[in-house]
Amino acid sequence: MKNASMPHESKSRLLATLGMAVLSSLPIAIAALSFLAPPSSAQVTAQRLLDAGKEPQNWLMYSGDYAGRRYSTLEQINSENAASLAPKWAYQTMGGGKFETTPLVVDGILYGTGQDDRVFALDARSGRPIWQYQRALPGDIRPCCGRVNRGLAILGDKVFLGTLDAHVMALDAKTGNVAWDVTAVDYRGGYSITLAPLVIKNLVIIGVSGGEYGIRGFIDAYDAATGERKWRFYTVPGPGEPGHETWEGDSWEIGGAPAWITGTYDPVTNTTYWTTGNPSPSNRGEGRAGDNLYSNSLLALEPETGKLKWYFQFSKHDEHDYDATQVPVLVEQGNKHLILQANRNGFFYVIDRVNGKLINANAYAKVTWSDSKDASGTPIARKDASPTPEGNRVCPGAAGATNWMSPTYDPQTKLFYVTAREQCDIFSTAPQPYEAGHAYYGSAYFPNDDAAPFTGALRAIEPSTGKIKWEWKHPSPTWSGVLSTAGGLVFSGDAEGNFIALDAASGKALWHFQCGASVYASPMTFAVDGKQYVAVAAGSALFTFALP
Amino acid sequence: MPSLWIGLQIIRRRDWLIRFSCVLTAAAMLVCAVVAPSAFAQEKNPYAGDAKAAKLGEFQFRANCAFCHGLGARGGGRGPDLTRAQKRHGSSDSELFRTINDGVPGTAMPPNGATQQGVGMTEEEIWQVISYIRSVQVKAPAQPMGDASHGKQLFYGSAACSTCHMIQGKGGRLGPDLSTTGSARSTDYIVESMRNPSRRLAQGISEAMKEFSQEYETITVVTGDGQKFMGVVLNEDHFTVQMMDTRENLHLFEKDKLRSLEKSRESLMPAYDPKSLSDKDLQDIVAYLLLVGAQ
Repeated sequence: MKNASMPHESKSRLLATLGMAVLSSLPIAIAALSFLAPPSSAQVTAQRLLDAGKEPQNWLMYSGDYAGRRYSTLEQINSENAASLAPKWAYQTMGGGKFETTPLVVDGILYGTGQDDRVFALDARSGRPIWQYQRALPGDIRPCCGRVNRGLAILGDKVFLGTLDAHVMALDAKTGNVAWDVTAVDYRGGYSITLAPLVIKNLVIIGVSGGEYGIRGFIDAYDAATGERKWRFYTVPGPGEPGHETWEGDSWEIGGAPAWITGTYDPVTNTTYWTTGNPSPSNRGEGRAGDNLYSNSLLALEPETGKLKWYFQFSKHDEHDYDATQVPVLVEQGNKHLILQANRNGFFYVIDRVNGKLINANAYAKVTWSDSKDASGTPIARKDASPTPEGNRVCPGAAGATNWMSPTYDPQTKLFYVTAREQCDIFSTAPQPYEAGHAYYGSAYFPNDDAAPFTGALRAIEPSTGKIKWEWKHPSPTWSGVLSTAGGLVFSGDAEGNFIALDAASGKALWHFQCGASVYASPMTFAVDGKQYVAVAAGSALFTFALP
Repeated sequence: MPSLWIGLQIIRRRDWLIRFSCVLTAAAMLVCAVVAPSAFAQEKNPYAGDAKAAKLGEFQFRANCAFCHGLGARGGGRGPDLTRAQKRHGSSDSELFRTINDGVPGTAMPPNGATQQGVGMTEEEIWQVISYIRSVQVKAPAQPMGDASHGKQLFYGSAACSTCHMIQGKGGRLGPDLSTTGSARSTDYIVESMRNPSRRLAQGISEAMKEFSQEYETITVVTGDGQKFMGVVLNEDHFTVQMMDTRENLHLFEKDKLRSLEKSRESLMPAYDPKSLSDKDLQDIVAYLLLVGAQ
């Protein structure tokens, strides 16, 4: 299913015509061809990715830079003029369901993904499509939690995509033609891919989703030129591997620990940081006694080999679906090299990224699953927080205090901004049998009917103390990520469809636009011809905004 | 035919194989065209009465449906009680299949697999869920529990329900239309809504992409020029509010232009205690709602 079939047909007709011209007047044709420039060299080098901060007009990877800060030094749009922001163009995917992309922008071209594994390249000034691609997905895929894709990675002349049927693909950045297509794993086992890959050097690094199906999670690296798989790190260790002893019996075979979100990279120590999701089944710990490594963990891997340098597990032996799959943000604080993560379990963790040791963990949303910490300061679960057959009310709820939506770190305000969800749910458990490829929760969760409506907030956290400096209240929980810019601004969306610019220092709203449907995406910014744009997906449209 | 083709275009990709096999079979094509949009009208549950399938269906139900319909399918704050034999959007196997697979347009019921919470089900799993729903279905009592005609008199008369509630086009607008409540909510829920209306506020507008529906919250505003209005919230976001006042006038406000805005989860509906409405009269009103809901 390729939407670009029309241009292709016209192109082949053109070539056929040219061919006839060549046959009829060969010397003239050769003369004409000699005027064509040789193929241009690769657009995006590995060095450009390393230096992404030096070209703020472009957005070269999912989180904007290797540190995962989702911060831009662009300041044309700033707290003085944000009130006059206006829509510039919108692009409609016409797909159904959630539209979660963070687009890339490279030298005036915007590359995004849509529902059902759509991919598109647009003129970033006008929104007009250059090419469009849509994967022909098998009819029997059942990806958890929507037929979504969060974005692409780019290197050379290729953009890279993970698909809902668990393939990894490279598309030609100029045409959308498939350059290579490899099967990561058989989707019929419950595997899918929804996250944007991360390119490091010549490798495309990506993980699998599917923690709701009893998969065995992994993170892979593929040769960007050929698609050849270079390594695989199983997030659930097999027999003989360290950590295997944290699984009861054969439970490791269906242990889950998927990757839902793109990792980050520290070039100084040559370490890539990836996060993992829940052990399977998500809400029933019986049958998988132990810590269940490396579920709900932060992994420090060597990019060339996938070798594990260290790990940190946020929620041991989890029974509440507290995926740790939130972007691990790399921040320098004096001579300290830190990772900041606002975890789905409701705690904000500050970790030394050189050795993986916890510095502190503070709650940034309502938490009832934990009321104590171990000697290292890691929050530990209350015994009575486990799901029961009748149901047990626990905060955060099943969707977490936050989820896959990106936070941002602003080096000017030195604040970490995250979308928090204040939702508690009743967790119940059931001894569900495992069946390959079928949903495997061992549970149900449902809201407490008596409670006041759930709410949300965009919270500005001071990393050194864990204190919340300000918050912007959302009327209901939202799935929008957050962007910060050197213009002193923070951008985010809400479930009511507003896209909002806030003063990064005070949290005061400076501007908003009603998109007409909930925002389920993390915003980004770019510039073309000296004009700054801010982009966000909402409903089935990608919106861009700029100064008049 | 047009309805079939439009149907095919809007059908989710997941359904391709099912619908396609329907189209490809010449004989079935006629059937499809006639019964569109449901391609399952002729189908029976292959697991009907299968206790093992019902048990598997319970797991699916818990994962995909319980978030709104509650444990045991007795109805949650968001979804109807499914233990009632009479289902609002069709009670046959094929109608239930269609409701689960395609969702119910205009309601919070999404198509299979489109929800935030659930993971989506195969055709086989949907049938298992239907087996489960049948296994917990409660047969309607042989004797009607109340006197529906007396309930109707009370509804439009001394109980004054119709001041704020409408049934089949007749009554007030301030509260939810109750024409379908009898088929969508459990008796317990309806009784509780009358005895203690503030405990669970009724659900208002559901937006397509929004996770949670608006509730019938009570609102009091004072405008910039000092006018005061009290009523219910129809919808709200951070910057605006849309409300209906107690005289059924619509008001649309930008919040920053209001002098004050107060919201309360104390329902505008009075609590009918046994002194103001006896248990028998309450049962009669319930019987009326059930009768109307079944129509």
